[in-house]
Amino acid sequence: MGILFSFAVVVAIVLLVFAGVSGAGLNYLFAVIIPYIALLIFIVGMVYRVVNWGRSAVPFKVPTTGGQQTSLPWIAANKLDNPSTSYGVIGRMLLEVLLFRSLFRNTKAELHSGSRLIYGSEKLLWLAALAFHYCFLVILIRHLRFFVVPVPAPIEFLEFMDSFFQVGAPLVYITNFLIIIALLYLLYRRIGMPQIKYISLPSDYFPLFLILAIAISGILMRYFDKVDVVGVKQIAMGLVSFRPTIPDGIGVIFYIHFALVCTLFAYFPFSKLVHMGGVFLSPTRNLANNNRMIRHVNPWDYPIKSRSYEDYENEFRDKMKKAGIPVEKE
Amino acid sequence: MYNGGKIIIGLLIFIGFSTFPFLFTMGKVVPIPELKLDTPEIQKMVDKRCVEPKEYMKTEHMVMLNTWRDAVVRDGARLYKARDGRTYDMSLQNTCMKCHSNKKNFCDQCHNYVAVKPYCWDCHIAPQEGT
Repeated sequence: MGILFSFAVVVAIVLLVFAGVSGAGLNYLFAVIIPYIALLIFIVGMVYRVVNWGRSAVPFKVPTTGGQQTSLPWIAANKLDNPSTSYGVIGRMLLEVLLFRSLFRNTKAELHSGSRLIYGSEKLLWLAALAFHYCFLVILIRHLRFFVVPVPAPIEFLEFMDSFFQVGAPLVYITNFLIIIALLYLLYRRIGMPQIKYISLPSDYFPLFLILAIAISGILMRYFDKVDVVGVKQIAMGLVSFRPTIPDGIGVIFYIHFALVCTLFAYFPFSKLVHMGGVFLSPTRNLANNNRMIRHVNPWDYPIKSRSYEDYENEFRDKMKKAGIPVEKE
Repeated sequence: MYNGGKIIIGLLIFIGFSTFPFLFTMGKVVPIPELKLDTPEIQKMVDKRCVEPKEYMKTEHMVMLNTWRDAVVRDGARLYKARDGRTYDMSLQNTCMKCHSNKKNFCDQCHNYVAVKPYCWDCHIAPQEGT
């Protein structure tokens, strides 16, 4: 159900834009108004989510991370998986953010020959996730060539490297292939593996279908149903300089691609995709395991009303004496 | 907010990245490319038309050049039959650049605008231009 629903939503967006642009001529809505709204939702939404996380207190440090913690000098500590210093935490965060360390350590459980439970490493997920994320980053940065004039050299260099093999015209990008393969594997996991399918929700399928649709529409636009690139850049530059213009004669495939990207941006803060910001605020990743060196005070500890025996005796001393109860102070 | 300093720095970096094109442009007007079709060779033409219609050339010229290259270099086939029946010599320097001899005001205009760097001139000799 979740699969069909998510797929239907993506198809509906495509059809809506197609009808809106080629039927009703709503070019201005899809190329100017919606992009601005989507970007605004993206930025405000992400800031809101991150600030919200920042405001939640961390009652105690989470020491249950992989690796030997720092203890006695003759026990080798795992400084990256269980760091006790800030530098160690920075190292762990870099490994996590840049190389997906915890996904690398991910395991899978499978039943073999009936009832034998076997645990194994699950590196394909890590590989596909890494390939997908880096391709997405490269594609995102590469697209900046439409949004800036003059195009800075690093962006040009990235595009040069991405089309390094100089195949065909327009040049084929390496990331075009990699991102599609990675996305198809990530989708296969959720459709073809029963355990993963069981726990998958529409919110898992929808981003996959959406990003797949973005990639496919982009590839179609570049190699098959080509659009007027100069016109596309005029739209983009109009948007970033707040002087929106829409040249005539740009194929509807562009509007579909652009609207899907806007959908992704607007959907981002409401979805699981906020892990982009959330990864930096994971308590199991960003807290040093130094409980034995520095006391972590729960920020919501309130002053406890307590009464010592001394107070009690001071109040009731006379009565206690009359009743013959022994007192500490006469 | 806990660790507010670090989080705010992170958020500022995020906002900087996501609004980079806006900050880079700062609302300035960017001139759109203007193609000059006034070379002597084009002015001499009675029937001013390219190998294929303008709209087709606009989106497919790179595909055509790539096909031409493969045909000439690999198969030695030099004759291109356009869709309206006329024939052309498949040659960047002798056919395309004969009319469009103004690379700076023709090819480069759009290519520079959208940061495309075709590798035509890695092998071919670019036309000499004064400007």
